[in-house]
Amino acid sequence: MRQIAIYGKGGIGKSTTTQNLVAALAEAGRKCMIIGCDPKADSTRLILNRKAQNTVMDMARERGTVEDLELDDVLLQGFKGIKCAESGGPEPGVGCAGRGVITAINFLEENGAYGDDTEFVFYDVLGDVVCGGFAMPIREGKAKEIYIVTSGEMMAMYAANNISRGVLKYAQSGGVRLGGLICNSRKTDMEFELISELASKLGTQMIHFVPRDNEVQRAELRRKTVIDYAPDHPQADEYRELARKIADNRNFVIPTPITMDELERLLMDYGIMEKEEAAA
Amino acid sequence: MSTAIKDTQKMIEEVLDAYPEKSKKDRAKHLAANDPSGQCGACQVKSNIKSRPGVMTVRGCAYAGAKGVVWGPVKDQITVSHGPIGCGQYSWWSRRNYYNGQTGIDTFGTMHITTDFQEKNIVYGGDKGLDGALHELKELFPLAKGIGILSECPVGLIGDDIEAVSKRVAKEFKFPIVPVRCEGFRGVSQSLGHHIANDTIKDYVLGKGELDTTTPYDVALIGDYNIGGDAWASRKILEEMGLRVISQYTGDATINEIAIATMAKLNLIHCYRSMNYICRHMEEEYGIPWMEFNFFGPTKTYDSIRKIAARFDEKIQEKAEAVIAKYKPVMDAVVERYRAKLEGKKVMLYVGGLRPRHTIGAYEDLGMEVVASGYEFGHSDDYKRTYPELKEGAVVMDDATLYELEEFTRRLKPDMVGSGIKEKYSYHKLGVPFRQMHSWDYSGPYHGFDGFPVFARDMDMTVNSPTWDLIRRKK
Repeated sequence: MRQIAIYGKGGIGKSTTTQNLVAALAEAGRKCMIIGCDPKADSTRLILNRKAQNTVMDMARERGTVEDLELDDVLLQGFKGIKCAESGGPEPGVGCAGRGVITAINFLEENGAYGDDTEFVFYDVLGDVVCGGFAMPIREGKAKEIYIVTSGEMMAMYAANNISRGVLKYAQSGGVRLGGLICNSRKTDMEFELISELASKLGTQMIHFVPRDNEVQRAELRRKTVIDYAPDHPQADEYRELARKIADNRNFVIPTPITMDELERLLMDYGIMEKEEAAA
Repeated sequence: MSTAIKDTQKMIEEVLDAYPEKSKKDRAKHLAANDPSGQCGACQVKSNIKSRPGVMTVRGCAYAGAKGVVWGPVKDQITVSHGPIGCGQYSWWSRRNYYNGQTGIDTFGTMHITTDFQEKNIVYGGDKGLDGALHELKELFPLAKGIGILSECPVGLIGDDIEAVSKRVAKEFKFPIVPVRCEGFRGVSQSLGHHIANDTIKDYVLGKGELDTTTPYDVALIGDYNIGGDAWASRKILEEMGLRVISQYTGDATINEIAIATMAKLNLIHCYRSMNYICRHMEEEYGIPWMEFNFFGPTKTYDSIRKIAARFDEKIQEKAEAVIAKYKPVMDAVVERYRAKLEGKKVMLYVGGLRPRHTIGAYEDLGMEVVASGYEFGHSDDYKRTYPELKEGAVVMDDATLYELEEFTRRLKPDMVGSGIKEKYSYHKLGVPFRQMHSWDYSGPYHGFDGFPVFARDMDMTVNSPTWDLIRRKK
């Protein structure tokens, strides 16, 4: 069983990318599971074709404690038998969402949610690694591979670099490795080259460049992945390609995060950020 | 430098020798031979610094200072331990702050109330549960005059807005609801908890009450927690002197007493460490002068009575002398009775707040000598007040470790040790007479003229108990 964590800046398309690539894996006959580690709980809706599923923490709150839960309450099956669970958590501004992730993952593990035949477990994790809770999926004995979703936008790259730092910390103490960057294109200038270069600076690869296509939005509106909604569309093939690359990936590294200065230089080299002299 | 100081310094060095280099260097700053003049630089101890990990410090936390010391004893307020069960459970009524009233009806001192955090409260926040608890308390205890919310660690970690809940519910209940941000991880000891609690008294209660009549003799008795009835004994003296104690806190205190405390003409503070902050505030904001006093043992008590009286007119001064004259024969008889049995006995103290210095005089009245004294959480101003009270060459200890306490005991061979519950049983095992000097070992009062006979009896009972001869290990 391969456990894989997907990180990236908030709003970059982690959940959409994850669900599409998992749908592609499932379509190819692989046994998959998705665990949403985000209080927003929107990591499984495209697989389950429904608004949102009952989350571990919400059910625990309702019943009293997490010990009062049954696995069936929170583990659902969706498109092509993909198993889905959401950690859940508080609305923004209260409580501790990170603790919710820890509690939920512990519950799923202890209750054998992963099963014996699952080949891939994907953790779809909220934005940055803001606290220990959101690093839970990459702790010892959990996800060993990480993919970072990014785009050619400065802040997305900045977040990717920051996440690499978090990975570095856990890579030194445990076995977690960076598998690559997934570029979810925003159609910024020289995006392909820029992310390829960032990947090489981080010591990894750009595993796939997912082009921007409105078909993704059309499918999302119908609570479906592209694989499910428009299996013949070229965009579906992009996700199939991403899925194949991840399944076949052997390139796992301890990342080499760069400094803020280096990141800015990179942007300048690709002519995106004006040089200071030129700006003046 | 005198030989007494040199000898003690040598002994401290020997004790420190067992430590690894780094710990030794660090701990050396916290241990000194006393120089009563306070002139010797090497004789000043460092204090109020984070404890070294692994040394088995006996310090508490900010919650302990705010809940256990300052806010807990306020009797008509309900004190809620906000967080998981343990903090409230294990601090439940452990300090014996006596009070008058009907528990569960109009007073709540011995009650243990907690919001009992579960995992879901951590994840989803505890504000809603707190709101529910406050309403439940209001319904169960309609005569409560306020509610204190004493925050435990997790509340600070998850960032619950207890201030907003307090503000909203206080408006509804029309009485003070005091959010106290005393999360245990803040600060280096319980000392910060005292400060935080003082600040909340200032912000939420102080100056908000009304007093119909005032007199020139109105005083407030501050920093007496009424352990075993201490504050009652102290108050009695002040009243017999002709003073009117309009406010006594927080031992046997009401919310209203604290609210009207700003009407006092003079603030009298017993435990300087835990409540100097509020005195300084009232001095700055309301121009109320404050003075420290010491009602342990007749000598210090007479002295304090005269110093307090000197702040008032002749009428009070005459009464003060009359009070001293009235009690002196009683005190003399106590001294006469016990001194013979206690003369020359050596005492080692390791306590908190005010006792490491304030009780020295009481021991001396009984002919006993304090050979070592120290504070769990004192600051440099506490030590400055302590040096002149101790004999030259006595050991001064800050945040002492269990190893140090045991070693000093072996070397100084005190006839009794006065410290806390955590130290009690290790001393019993050493076969050394021990007195719990935080809660008076289920006895008291020790303050004032009512307290001294009890104090003398207890020390005699401790030092001269035949038990020790039976259990003391053969050398």
